[in-house]
Amino acid sequence: MDSDILLQLNNITVVYSDVIQVLRGVSLAVRERQIVSLLGSNGAGKTTTLKAVSGLLKPENGKVTDGTISYEDKTVQNLSPEEITRKGIIQVLEGRQPFKYLTVEENLKVGTATRWGKPYRKDLEMVYNYFPRLKERRKNLAGYCSGGELQMLVMGRALMAHPKLLLLDEPSLGLAPLVVQEIFRIIVKINEEQQTTIVLVEQNASMALGIAHYGYVMENGKIVMEGRAGDLQKNPDIKEFYLGMGAAGAKSYKDVKAYKRRKRWL
Amino acid sequence: MDFFLQLLVNGICIGFLYGISAMGFVMIFKSSSVVNFAHGELLAAGAFLFLALVTWANLPVPAAFLLTLAGTFILGFVIERLFLRPLIGEPLIEVVMLTIGLASILKGAMLLIWGGNLHNYPDFLPEGLGLHFGAVSIPPVYTTSILISILFLLLFGLFFKFSSQGIYMRSVADNQTAALSLGVHVKKVFALSWAIAALVAGMSGIVLGIINGINVHELSAIGLKVFPVVILGGLDSIGGAIIGGLIIGLLETFTGGYISTSLRDVIPYIALVVILLIRPYGLFGLVEIERV
Repeated sequence: MDSDILLQLNNITVVYSDVIQVLRGVSLAVRERQIVSLLGSNGAGKTTTLKAVSGLLKPENGKVTDGTISYEDKTVQNLSPEEITRKGIIQVLEGRQPFKYLTVEENLKVGTATRWGKPYRKDLEMVYNYFPRLKERRKNLAGYCSGGELQMLVMGRALMAHPKLLLLDEPSLGLAPLVVQEIFRIIVKINEEQQTTIVLVEQNASMALGIAHYGYVMENGKIVMEGRAGDLQKNPDIKEFYLGMGAAGAKSYKDVKAYKRRKRWL
Repeated sequence: MDFFLQLLVNGICIGFLYGISAMGFVMIFKSSSVVNFAHGELLAAGAFLFLALVTWANLPVPAAFLLTLAGTFILGFVIERLFLRPLIGEPLIEVVMLTIGLASILKGAMLLIWGGNLHNYPDFLPEGLGLHFGAVSIPPVYTTSILISILFLLLFGLFFKFSSQGIYMRSVADNQTAALSLGVHVKKVFALSWAIAALVAGMSGIVLGIINGINVHELSAIGLKVFPVVILGGLDSIGGAIIGGLIIGLLETFTGGYISTSLRDVIPYIALVVILLIRPYGLFGLVEIERV
């Protein structure tokens, strides 16, 4: 095994409420300081994969029943979220979940829970540096911020914890294209400047592959394809079904095959 | 006019006490959505612990007061650890049944030790604390109760607004999953809110004991009066608990003074029904922030 692998999922199976199997043998590796994107349709198991890593399956009555998750060469599957966050893995939940009745700055302060009592002034400044908009709104209740501001807020909140591994679940969800570009620019900046390893779950495949180093495609609780982001972008299947660049034109015979391929993706 | 002013002062003092007792109840509900039916028993436990320390152990009053606060804090902590924690994630009705059972156990234990008679604290409040404005006089107990209430309110206000632990507690009340994802120790937050709630309850139990004497049945009945107070103020608003307390306190004393003392104990519940009809989430309850 390479020494620069930070996170390794080895053939994991996840079962909810002891009966519903969601992941059927997912294996993937995340190298240090890389951005790895995880693509797939709705219900493919992307979010469950992230939650298996961050320990957030537990409150939902889910469990890793088989396989191993190793992080910094130690197994971490089924640990509690309190333990996992203290090892430096922070997940940013899908759908932006701010603390609505706390101000923006108080939201950021909750990000220091993993190292309670330590000074955090510098980190606040760092976050305000990445997201100047948050500084303007720091006294406002989070519940009254716009979607873009909230996405910045929840990412900033996670940064306050000094994560080594940041799990981002659909940061572009429901945001205007310009805001999405801004968010992705900042993700790259965080990866480069803070040396944070990032796992990015996305529906916006072209954006995600545009900034990632490596990519995985999931379907029905399994990884069906993986490769360097550049290679994936060139892959005809990905091009057609994810990037919407289907080679239009006369391909009468291929239509049949395309149906089969399509079935696999959608 | 003097009679009116006297009633007003009494009402405010009683109201503050109700508000403070309700504060502990709100704190538990806010952080863990548990409706605590054993709140009255926690009040009584504080009052009796103080009695034991003052009369049996013969401790000086300030020391006994601080020890009682520490004792009730630990009691709340232990209750959460032993009884509530195993039920995290279980249906709400089971948790509510548990607090009812807890109420019986606590009440039974206190009846066993102290019996159902009325006990009294030795007189220890200095006469100088009493205030007189013309015909209106405020007895020392009432001044003390107001001073203590305001002090505690201020302390808790600062705690929740500025301390990290306070902010973590509010974050859990706001969005538990998000708090978990950031590594907030949700179980510690539950334990802390039970401990603080028991402490506040114990403190108001002592003050109520000074005013009315200490009796298991009466003190635990006040736990029931917490319901009109918190529903009036909004189940999840600490400030609302205080204002709800003041309204109920004033209603009670005015009804008792002008109409009849037997109606006094009913009026809070009538107010409860009216409020539920008009504003089901209470006067100061959170109106859900909705983004469109």
